[in-house]
Amino acid sequence: MTIRRRTVHSGGLPLAVYEQGDPARPTVLLVHGYPDTHAVWDDVAADLAVDHHVVRYDVRGAGGSGVPAARDGYRLEHLGADLFAVADAVSPDDPVHVVAHDWGSIQSWEAVTEPGAHRRIASYTTVSGPSLDHIGHWIRHRMRRPTPRHLRQLLVQGVHSWYITAFQLPYLAPAVWRLFLARAWPTVLHRMEAVTPRPGHPQPTLGRDAVRGIELYRANFRPVLRSPRERPTEVPVQLITLERDRYVSTFLSEGLERWVPHLTRRTLDAGHWSALLEKGGTVARLVREHVTRVAAGHVQGPPVSGRLAVVTGGGSGIGRATALAFAEQGDRVVVCDLDLAAAERTAELCGLVGPRAHAIRVDVSDGEAVDAFARQVAAEHGVPDVVVNNAGIGHAGTFLQTTEKEWQRVLDVNLWGVIHGCRAFGALMVARGGGGHIVNLASAAAYLPAKSLAAYATSKAGVLMLSDCLRAELAPHGIGVSAICPGIVATNITSTTTFSGTDPDEQAAKRAKATKAYARRGFPPEKVAAEILRAVRTGKPVVPVTFEAKAARLLGRLSPALLRRLARLDIG
Amino acid sequence: MSFPYDEHDLARFRETQQLAYHCAEQVAAWIEPGVTERQATAKLRRCLERAGVQDYFHVPFAWFGDRTAFRHFHTPLQFFAGGRRLEEGMPYVLDCAPVVDGYTADIGYGGKVGENPVWDRLAADLKVYRELILAEVRARKPLNEVYAAVDAQLAVHGYDNRHRVYPGRVIGHRVTRTTARGPAGVTLFGFGVRTLQTLGRELIGERLHGRSPLWADGRSSRHAPTPGLWAVEPHIGFRDVGIKFEELLVVTDDDAFWLDDDLPHVRRWTLQEEAA
Repeated sequence: MTIRRRTVHSGGLPLAVYEQGDPARPTVLLVHGYPDTHAVWDDVAADLAVDHHVVRYDVRGAGGSGVPAARDGYRLEHLGADLFAVADAVSPDDPVHVVAHDWGSIQSWEAVTEPGAHRRIASYTTVSGPSLDHIGHWIRHRMRRPTPRHLRQLLVQGVHSWYITAFQLPYLAPAVWRLFLARAWPTVLHRMEAVTPRPGHPQPTLGRDAVRGIELYRANFRPVLRSPRERPTEVPVQLITLERDRYVSTFLSEGLERWVPHLTRRTLDAGHWSALLEKGGTVARLVREHVTRVAAGHVQGPPVSGRLAVVTGGGSGIGRATALAFAEQGDRVVVCDLDLAAAERTAELCGLVGPRAHAIRVDVSDGEAVDAFARQVAAEHGVPDVVVNNAGIGHAGTFLQTTEKEWQRVLDVNLWGVIHGCRAFGALMVARGGGGHIVNLASAAAYLPAKSLAAYATSKAGVLMLSDCLRAELAPHGIGVSAICPGIVATNITSTTTFSGTDPDEQAAKRAKATKAYARRGFPPEKVAAEILRAVRTGKPVVPVTFEAKAARLLGRLSPALLRRLARLDIG
Repeated sequence: MSFPYDEHDLARFRETQQLAYHCAEQVAAWIEPGVTERQATAKLRRCLERAGVQDYFHVPFAWFGDRTAFRHFHTPLQFFAGGRRLEEGMPYVLDCAPVVDGYTADIGYGGKVGENPVWDRLAADLKVYRELILAEVRARKPLNEVYAAVDAQLAVHGYDNRHRVYPGRVIGHRVTRTTARGPAGVTLFGFGVRTLQTLGRELIGERLHGRSPLWADGRSSRHAPTPGLWAVEPHIGFRDVGIKFEELLVVTDDDAFWLDDDLPHVRRWTLQEEAA
């Protein structure tokens, strides 16, 4: 496709503008970052040009554009004005859709948060570049409320921003770029971001662009962060958070809704540059979705995170609540259950609160079936980011009461079900190399012995230890493993629990009694689901949920002998 | 105790219920984003009084948004209409119980403004509960078991039991022709003074027979449905959306039926089935 070149003048400087695609189509304006030029958008632009009027330009100081005479010329107000100048030149009648990366994103925020910007900017997709004003407020908020979490965020982002400090020093950064970094840049990108080197990248002017671009940092960071302005915007914004971004932490966008009421959040499993240079197609798809949505009059997209979660035993109880909680935060969900109708119902409910979900009938105690399930999920939906091995059954009975068959059934579902799930999905996650998280549902019974729960407690203790071993093995692959120990939670596990040595009537009575006791305790599965989501977020290894689960764990540490004595009590 | 009403009485009860639903529909047609709960109940009250209502079993209620699912309800005072404004996409529930010549109706009307797919699903599934309750009562199951059957169905659907938030966790209560002589139109704690008199008398009278005029899941509901009229109000919720219907169930000596099938929610289900 031909690229048409033209020059637009802004503030006395010529800006090199590159156009492709049909000008009658909606205009998408791509703004590059540091130390790039318009060329960093090559893949994204080629993809979008099929059905859009795609416009890119070299920002002042870079590529084919003019160079400001002094540092003052790199101030945000000029950069924002440049964007409006290009937008006015290429699309005088209709507002444009802005897409920006890195420093391009920082300067586009300047334009987007300009009062009345929504008349010229129809939508904004931002990748890895926050508004400096918003960041100024973000820092202030955290300084004022120095909770451990806030302090950690400040520290982590401070470490990640080392280069910004380095850029403030005289001579050092320009010298490093001139002496070797410009030449080594393809290798750096390859090593740090797994970007495949290719002809034309980076641009031949890299050394010059990089040295001049340092002025962007020097001219703006200190003044803006020192006294941030209030910069809200009416423009619908799509924020693409890059999960493996080394420079912009994901938590920098916390609370962005304060400034941007129409915010759509998307997450992409990519690094700072690999997002554009390796996953251009995906970025283009997200942009296309956002532009189409805004054109249709929707200022906000449905919460879709792009992550995939698999929940076994998702037809009821904790499994259903967990599937719903994942769906609610925008994850795609696949639930499996022995009861297909129940799983389908969960998927339907997930679809009401989040993206479309899917249900499959699987018997987790059947290793081959679980393997086939994992292959099917991978083929139809991709490798999951989170797997929750939740399926389990209840069984009560002392050791001598419990028959061999009952032992087998309990171990098959509760322990082998988890083993099969970890094996099938763990292998997929390792092979993909993108990290992930495995959550195994153990139980407070895993560390709380009780003579009447011999088989059940044994199976759950196995799950707890399996999780501990697996965590060590998968840690180098960036895959977390959490074991959840819920305690007494009001679910239907009590109405399907089997009791050794009872006839059907006695069993029914015991089930009713247990169900009543659990209902009286009244701990809802939704709270367990919330803990599971938190474990995935924080990577917490072992999570006792209810008070009794926490107390038993503590007691087991303080006085194991007392716990052993309690195990003799007749319960259930 | 045998069934105390004749055809004429049932016709009068049906008329009062129609009147109540008619007023709820009028308010539903008028309601729009920006309206507060208090404005909605005032409108409902005016509408009912214009239609000849002199007294209330309880004052009209209106719940908007997550209040339809009784989220964050800690005190009974929160049932009363407040300043919550209706917004686009919000569900709402109107509940009123007019008395005309002693004939009482108690109705619940669920609606939404704009798009709300969760509400659509709930509203369609509500039909299952209307059929389930009737079938169970016809089978003369003890009332607490019917309550448990509703809970089991809620678990299958993945919904919450929201009627348990009502005082006494009730899914229903007896309705009689009030003959009390207290002042009409005067309410105490949201209930008509005459209602309180009648209900108090019933509570004591029924207690002597080991029954209760309130239908919940406890011991006091462990008896077959008493012949007479029951206002049944399954209230189901999912996340921040709640919906209910409330209408009179006629329990005769050997059968049971809904007093009237010509009601907004039943018509909606019929339309949906025809469309499908």
